[in-house]
Amino acid sequence: MSGDYRKMWESIGLDLEAHDQLLQALPPTYGEVYLTQENRPAMDYFDFVVNEIHGLRIQELQDHKAAGGKVIGTFCVFVPEEIIHAAGGICIGLCSGIEIGSAQAEKVLPRSVCPLIKSFMGFKLARVCPYFESCDMVVGETTCDGKKKAFEILNDYVPVHVMEVPQMKREKDRLLWKGEVGDFLAGVEEVTGKRVTAESLARSVREVNGKRRALARLSGLRKNSPAPISGKDSLLIEQIAMYDDVERFTLKVNQLCDELEQRVRDGVGVHSPGAPRIIVTGTPMAIPNWKVPHIIESSGAVIVAEELCTGLRYFENTVPEDSESMDQSLEAIAERYLNINCACFTPNTGRMEKLVSLAGEYNADGIIHCSLSFCDPYMIEANRVEKVLKEKGIPMLKIETDYGQEDVGQLKTRIEAFLEMIS
Amino acid sequence: MLSAGIDIGSRTIALVVSNGKEIVQSAVVDTGFDPVKKAAEMAAGLPREVSVTATGYGRHAAKSGFAGQIITEIKAHALGAGHLFPGARTVLDIGGQDMKVILLDEKGNVEDFQMNDKCAAGTGKFLEVMAVAMGYGSAGDFGEDSLSGVPGTRISSMCTVFAESEAVSLAHRGADRRDIGRALHVSVIERAFGLIERVGGDLPLVFTGGVALNPCIVQLLRERIKGPVLVPENPQLVGALGAALKGLGKK
Ligand code: SF4
Ligand code: SF4
Repeated sequence: MSGDYRKMWESIGLDLEAHDQLLQALPPTYGEVYLTQENRPAMDYFDFVVNEIHGLRIQELQDHKAAGGKVIGTFCVFVPEEIIHAAGGICIGLCSGIEIGSAQAEKVLPRSVCPLIKSFMGFKLARVCPYFESCDMVVGETTCDGKKKAFEILNDYVPVHVMEVPQMKREKDRLLWKGEVGDFLAGVEEVTGKRVTAESLARSVREVNGKRRALARLSGLRKNSPAPISGKDSLLIEQIAMYDDVERFTLKVNQLCDELEQRVRDGVGVHSPGAPRIIVTGTPMAIPNWKVPHIIESSGAVIVAEELCTGLRYFENTVPEDSESMDQSLEAIAERYLNINCACFTPNTGRMEKLVSLAGEYNADGIIHCSLSFCDPYMIEANRVEKVLKEKGIPMLKIETDYGQEDVGQLKTRIEAFLEMIS
Repeated sequence: MLSAGIDIGSRTIALVVSNGKEIVQSAVVDTGFDPVKKAAEMAAGLPREVSVTATGYGRHAAKSGFAGQIITEIKAHALGAGHLFPGARTVLDIGGQDMKVILLDEKGNVEDFQMNDKCAAGTGKFLEVMAVAMGYGSAGDFGEDSLSGVPGTRISSMCTVFAESEAVSLAHRGADRRDIGRALHVSVIERAFGLIERVGGDLPLVFTGGVALNPCIVQLLRERIKGPVLVPENPQLVGALGAALKGLGKK
């Protein structure tokens, strides 16, 4: 990190000592996972953003707050970020991709809880995440049971607005969800003290759609063989999408895509042309969780798509931009979000259909299903995924893992054996 | 043409030199303190023109050292078992610290596989610990003697630590150690059977790895799968043989 940010960290209430430890844990991994890749496209901006993850971007949030703006943190891609923008707020996806503050988290949570939940609780209780500490409100949801109950506890430490996400997608569920989106709007207005107008909402819808289109453009370029960018770099960009400034990020992704288009025309790729093409699917991979993608790509394969919430689920489908009233806008927003295929829904057949069509579109040789340990929704749904993929003759490998490194050797053997099997 | 395969496992290192038909040279040694160094020494003793293919958990370290190419244990066992028993459809490998089951198609290609979790339960290490706890000088004697145990005694835990204390307390209560021994072997078989079921477990089944030398395990496995169990003459060499065959261009 370039500047000296200690004063700022102290002023937002971080535990500086614990925070130093966290920072020490970060950079070497990044260098090893990212900077050793061969033939990367120009990723300077994204490398810079990661490098300044606790620096410049936090400074921007503080400046925004000093000018009266608010920061709202989220944990799930169901939370409509355009509403936060429309009220002049900044939306931050809180990451939780590293094991930190487990001892503190286990004071309030059982041990057998998914690492993502344990991580966000640990981040908050250990006071090491400057994003978390910058939040004026965080938004929870009733998706999986673990998160739902953990938000009750989290509310002791930071105000949590909980959105009720339905468990099914029937007409009455759509109505319920639309009501929730409306309540969320009211909650956001209260925190920011700003009214959302039809105009501000329409503008914000266009902006966030712009980000989605840029990400979709990036994703589309990966259908080419050889793929012009690695899966690890793409995942990184998708992770950064959750906390970076919307307009700047969109611009940078589009610039990168210009370069990638040129690469495609020149037939330049990041892996050898015969490298097996893999799609990963499963639980979200929050920054800095690059464990499985790193193993996959260092075993000679290339990841061409992520059917993840840090991936396609975040940016596929846009919100229609032709709404004529506030109410229509909200309806369109609610509709777009309810189309996300999350394993917390029953049934979730949309996800299986999506995977089958992705395998064709991206010319994938196999699918790797990764769930975090103790994540019931995805671990159990893996069975449905396996069944459908088997019927279609698409090879699949099922992995269950956490943020620890003990199982890396075994995962490597399983992934290599899977690649041997499909190539 | 000759080709060497070296299987660097957690407990032993196996070396095989093959001409594509039979094994012309072989060795099995304990890994000792520095497995990769030991493997390098074994490889250094080979004639120059013999290519070396490494497998096993030490394969990556071997690749940066002396091995020309590497393959996973899964592929290696599939190739080795398919060569020794053409037409084999399932391979069960139980080694020092892991257990795996590989499903083969009719041409011998890997179709699916399963590996145990990251713990010693159901592996050679488990049986070694139990042999000591039951007062046997070696895992071999333990297996031999447990053959005459009678069914009825049960060990409910798969975890090495808990199973050991269960076995010890059964002994204190006066149970025959052959019956306890049998029950401990059954627990390994149950674990193996779970993995076999998960891949489908078509027959014939080939049993490889050091634990295939244990007569009690082989006997119980036969009973459990209700079918023949094919055990190679030197089950610990199958991975190394597969690696050697890979070096000769076998796919
Ligand atoms: S997996 Fe489901 S609950 Fe988790 S972030 Fe995605 S949509 Fe939300
Ligand atoms: S990974 Fe699974 S258990 Fe964890 S928060 Fe997401 S849905 Fe819940």
